[in-house]
Amino acid sequence: MSEKLPSVDVLVVGFGWTGAIVAQELTDAGLNVLALERGRWRDTPTDFAPTFAQDELRYMWRHALFENLAHNTLTIRNNTSQTALPMRVMGSFLPGTGVGGSGVHWNGQTWRFLPSDLEVRSHVTRRYGAKAIPADMTIQDFGVTYDDLEPHYDRFEYLCGTSGTAGNLNGQIQPGGNPFEGARKRAYPTPAMRQAYAPTLFAEAAAKLGYHPFPQPSSNLSQAYTNPLGVQLAPCTYCGFCEKFGCGNYSKASAQTTILPVLMRKPNFTLRTEAEALTINRDSTGKRAVSVTYVDAQGREFEQPADLIFLGTYALNNVRLLLLSGIGTPYDPRTGQGVVGRNYAYQRTSFVNAFFDDKILNPFIGAGAHGMHIDDFNGDNFDHGGLGFLGGGYFGVLQTGARPIETHPVPEGTPTWGGAWKKAVAANYLKTTTISTHGGVMSHRGNYLDLDPTYRDVYGRPLLRMTFDYTDNEQKMARYITDRAADVARAMSPREIKVVYRDGSWDVVPYQTTHNTGGAIMGADPKTSVVNRYLQSWDVSNLFVMGASAFPQNPGYNPTGTVAALAYWSLEAVREQYLKSPGPLVRT
Amino acid sequence: METKLSRRGLLGAGLAAGAAGALPLAAPGAPEQSARGGGAGPDIRGDMPWQEGAADAPFPADRRAGYIYFTAAEAAFIEAAVGRLIPADELGGGAIEAAVPLFIDRQLDGQYGHATRWYMQGPWAPPLKTQGYQSRMTPAEVYRSAIRAIDDMVAQRHGGVPFAKLPPDQQDAVLKGLETDELAIEGVDTKVFFTLRLQNTIEGFFGDPVYGGNKDMIGWRLIGFPGARYDHGPFVDRHNQPYPLPPVGITGRPGWMPRDEDGQPKEVGTKTHV
Amino acid sequence: MKPPLRRALVTGLLSLGILVATLSLVAIGLSGIANGQPPSGTSGPYPPVMDPDVAKGYYVAVLGDCVGCHTVPGGLPFAGGRPLVTPFGTIYSANITPDKDAGIGRWTADDFYRALHEGKAPDGHLYPAFPYNYYTRIGRADSDALFAYLRGLPPSPKRSPRSDLPFPFNIRALMMGWNLLFLDKGDYKPDPAKSAAWNRGAYLVEGPGHCAACHTPKNFLGAPRTSRDYHGGDIGNGWYAPDITPNKRTGIGGWSDEELFQYLKTGRNAHANAAADMGEVVAYSTSRMTDDDLRAIIAYLRDRPARADDTPAKPDPAVMKAGEAVYVDSCAACHRMDGAGSMAMFPRLPGSPNLQQPNPSTLIRVLLVGSRSLPTDARPTPTSMPAFNWKLRDEQIAAVATYVRNSWGNAAAPVGVDTVTRMRKALGADRRTLPDGYPTDMRHPNPETISSPHTDSRQNGTGQAGTAADGGGP
Repeated sequence: MSEKLPSVDVLVVGFGWTGAIVAQELTDAGLNVLALERGRWRDTPTDFAPTFAQDELRYMWRHALFENLAHNTLTIRNNTSQTALPMRVMGSFLPGTGVGGSGVHWNGQTWRFLPSDLEVRSHVTRRYGAKAIPADMTIQDFGVTYDDLEPHYDRFEYLCGTSGTAGNLNGQIQPGGNPFEGARKRAYPTPAMRQAYAPTLFAEAAAKLGYHPFPQPSSNLSQAYTNPLGVQLAPCTYCGFCEKFGCGNYSKASAQTTILPVLMRKPNFTLRTEAEALTINRDSTGKRAVSVTYVDAQGREFEQPADLIFLGTYALNNVRLLLLSGIGTPYDPRTGQGVVGRNYAYQRTSFVNAFFDDKILNPFIGAGAHGMHIDDFNGDNFDHGGLGFLGGGYFGVLQTGARPIETHPVPEGTPTWGGAWKKAVAANYLKTTTISTHGGVMSHRGNYLDLDPTYRDVYGRPLLRMTFDYTDNEQKMARYITDRAADVARAMSPREIKVVYRDGSWDVVPYQTTHNTGGAIMGADPKTSVVNRYLQSWDVSNLFVMGASAFPQNPGYNPTGTVAALAYWSLEAVREQYLKSPGPLVRT
Repeated sequence: METKLSRRGLLGAGLAAGAAGALPLAAPGAPEQSARGGGAGPDIRGDMPWQEGAADAPFPADRRAGYIYFTAAEAAFIEAAVGRLIPADELGGGAIEAAVPLFIDRQLDGQYGHATRWYMQGPWAPPLKTQGYQSRMTPAEVYRSAIRAIDDMVAQRHGGVPFAKLPPDQQDAVLKGLETDELAIEGVDTKVFFTLRLQNTIEGFFGDPVYGGNKDMIGWRLIGFPGARYDHGPFVDRHNQPYPLPPVGITGRPGWMPRDEDGQPKEVGTKTHV
Repeated sequence: MKPPLRRALVTGLLSLGILVATLSLVAIGLSGIANGQPPSGTSGPYPPVMDPDVAKGYYVAVLGDCVGCHTVPGGLPFAGGRPLVTPFGTIYSANITPDKDAGIGRWTADDFYRALHEGKAPDGHLYPAFPYNYYTRIGRADSDALFAYLRGLPPSPKRSPRSDLPFPFNIRALMMGWNLLFLDKGDYKPDPAKSAAWNRGAYLVEGPGHCAACHTPKNFLGAPRTSRDYHGGDIGNGWYAPDITPNKRTGIGGWSDEELFQYLKTGRNAHANAAADMGEVVAYSTSRMTDDDLRAIIAYLRDRPARADDTPAKPDPAVMKAGEAVYVDSCAACHRMDGAGSMAMFPRLPGSPNLQQPNPSTLIRVLLVGSRSLPTDARPTPTSMPAFNWKLRDEQIAAVATYVRNSWGNAAAPVGVDTVTRMRKALGADRRTLPDGYPTDMRHPNPETISSPHTDSRQNGTGQAGTAADGGGP
């Protein structure tokens, strides 16, 4: 039996990037906001201080900042003919827990999606004809356009102090930037980071081949910055312990370094930690959410009523909470009917090592979003005619810091251990770099999320079940862009290269990306989406679902910029429309 | 539809959410945190919490001499095996010199060895190649059972001699057999064991010395990794130049203590000191 | 009061057997606040004021930083009860809300003026932890305005705990003697030779601002040693309030007017972040003062005589070398290799007066247990120095402290290892502190729970984990 608590205006479930943004915007609107966070309080000087944050074993390999799987995990399989088994050990993706969420250990890669990414079905149909889209490819338009989101992308970049070089200012292509990006109204708030040797070599080679290298837009800051809230960030020191780690010197944007210093001081905001949401409860009509049941650290259950509820947990957990709460029709891959769990997507990565004899690259110097890329093969920036696939990805040298347990590249043919391996590691560590590709995944009828029939978490709730594999489209796309990456690698004139395509089925073991998307997607039609273009539940109008669970498919970029822009977009509608007249923002 | 939002004008600053009811006039106090275990909480409001002296610092490896988890026979096996994975050679010390066996012992004795943060609930089923770790054994149990089984097998084939006593080339042959699954042993996932042990050996060779391995930063010196230093800003655009500083661990390096001209620890007088 | 009489009284007090030797050079002040966490948050401590007359009193309260001492962290403003640890025992600040029993609800404006002016409450003498020896400069009009402001506060019925002082300090009447010796009663007297701004600054600094309460060293009876006004004072619990005379190395002489202004207004400038007691002073007092008043304070402090410089001993090169190694590896993350820091976040170390105080205790303290900049509306980020007590040995703390005191042109006496050892023990920093909410409870595993190493996760869940949800198996 759960104890019922006094009601609040707004309840936010999950306190990472989107939770903090929701709370900041709605406390500004005068509402009382309570955020539930399953993990504990964390902040720079005590929880990821530079006195101990640079610890590869503890954070990368022992997962100190990540979700504790003993508590909750998901089950995995590649297709419906297989039996899903639990992900017992983390690998392919690394969701976080605790205040700040995965936004504590993200890279800081701060991208905008291409205008065509947001309208991919319409765009592909226009350019290549409807037949170019395979029958089982369930891609659809986001329901918002780049122009809708531009002010909100801008807002997030100025919150973070993102460092970069504009490529398209109000339609004018800028030297040194990404010429493929959508038009931005103003420049990045801070200039691009300085580049180490390997990214510089990559950019030179790419330019020689006629491509358009540009610096990775980075929320590891090139210089000190004070954001519009008055919150300060310091310059990045390229320590090389960034992604998968918390930042020790306030130089990577996170909820802690951009919002919380202001938000936490507000009298109309409360953060409740160690409170894990179990279900969203509705009234007898089923159309209105009334409360969230959560369990605290002592195992006691509470019911927290609220007028307006925002889900801001990790994308996979948003979907699971909807399924556990019975909100929305679960997706059925056999019929293609239903929406919750539909269009789960991921990303497709590969890499090329380039080994040099004559160049000291000092690969340990790095930051999560430090490097040079080209976008010539992302999205629909190139003609897909005759290629047999849609979509693409960016690639480049992202020098994040070669921490040696993870990164000790050796040439093709080197044994995996023993004296020869040791010699090869010693000879190549300082003189090797990696071009990595980061490709999108188009959604597919057979890739989806539902509840597992067998396995349960510590509270006895069914685990989420992930059914996912790369389709022919992604395999062809990855082959194509990896070969282009190899072209650039050769143009860098190394002694030798090693190409790793990562062919075959999706495998849970090697780390790939923490960019799980979809399952609670946005769209224009309640039959094919869970939330409307304002991230408002079609079924329960006082429930909003933030995050990458809203992506109908996964473009070839890191998601955080768009996750935040969508949150600001949604909250603008909440403030300007919903609060004046609560109810559905889009009529069906 | 009537919602409380219609009275939001009344709910401006000053009223607090949560179980505690209305907040008194905001106090100039520390962030208000309800005590653990009392009410619905812990609630945090008013400020960002901070505690003097608080640090989520690492728990160092147990520094006592000798093994804690491994038996003598297991230790002999591990010392021999990790020595073959990363041998000492003209470039410098290997896994033995880096104290990797001690590192693995402490890891198996701790949370990692007991799979504390892994999902270890049944039912268990034979996995697909893409489903990762599916053993019902914790790493500590995998080591124990695999070492015993491998030693038994080696003893059968080599007249009672355990793995640790084999000549190096025969040890390598056994290790290769484990890696390729040619030496599969009934009831023991020898491949899982090999994979874990290679991973753990690399961890012990390249991880921070605070966990007992990478002694004297042997692994980092071998490759030129500077360790736990945080400011590489001055070196980012010094392209193609050697990095000038010695490696450092989370808990330091020899240079952190005052030394005399012979490099011996130096007593520092206090007469002129404040 | 005539000097011979003072001497006689001192002798008299000494003959009472007071253990003065151990008490010398320590202060009664705001410091040593027993509760650890200083109050913070500038948006909320002062209840909103509408009436313009009462607003005047609010501003006097700001000038005097009354709320800092008279509020328990997290408690009702001005309701008192905050423990102030003094060398003479623990004193609890009074409830100065208008509650008739617990507060000052029965007081008259005359009573209140007398308290400020003479340290005398209707029911007896006050201890000079209440800085009436400075508040005595506050004029009657300001006193009345402040009283009116306090009368309008929400009353708190909570009584402040009795102060916990040993004999003979528990005899409040003794304060008559103290007052005879040290209380120089009376309103501020303007100096006609100086500008209006200077006089305003002098009034604020010497009167309501009571800066000397911390920044001037104390004698064995806790009274300021006026010959060393603003030379810096040990305020207990490891904090040293720095020299604020125009001395260029240890005082404010190296800071521009604009830098001083930024510090008082926002709590930060390129050289320093206000933390702990000074953080409160900025958060509750100086950041809320008018720009003119801040400039007046600066004009006055600039015109004070500078502390005479000393020539510190030279450090041992071996210590400097070790200190440099620690610095490069551990401090450069924020303060950078060249010590330049980052404006208003990480203090610039070259030329830093805080580093070069003759008394290094603040530096040692901050190295051991860290320090947090108090957020202000202008600078909400509570930039913090992490604790090093778990990481650096006493020799290493001494070496790096000596290094930063003697690099980039800085010069200050080397720091002794034994000084660090004593401080570590005094602060309890010889023990490890885990962050708040650090999970240790295994009975009901929450998402962050860590287990003791000898359990594994199969003993870690509820009975339901791993059982079939729908009764079926895979």
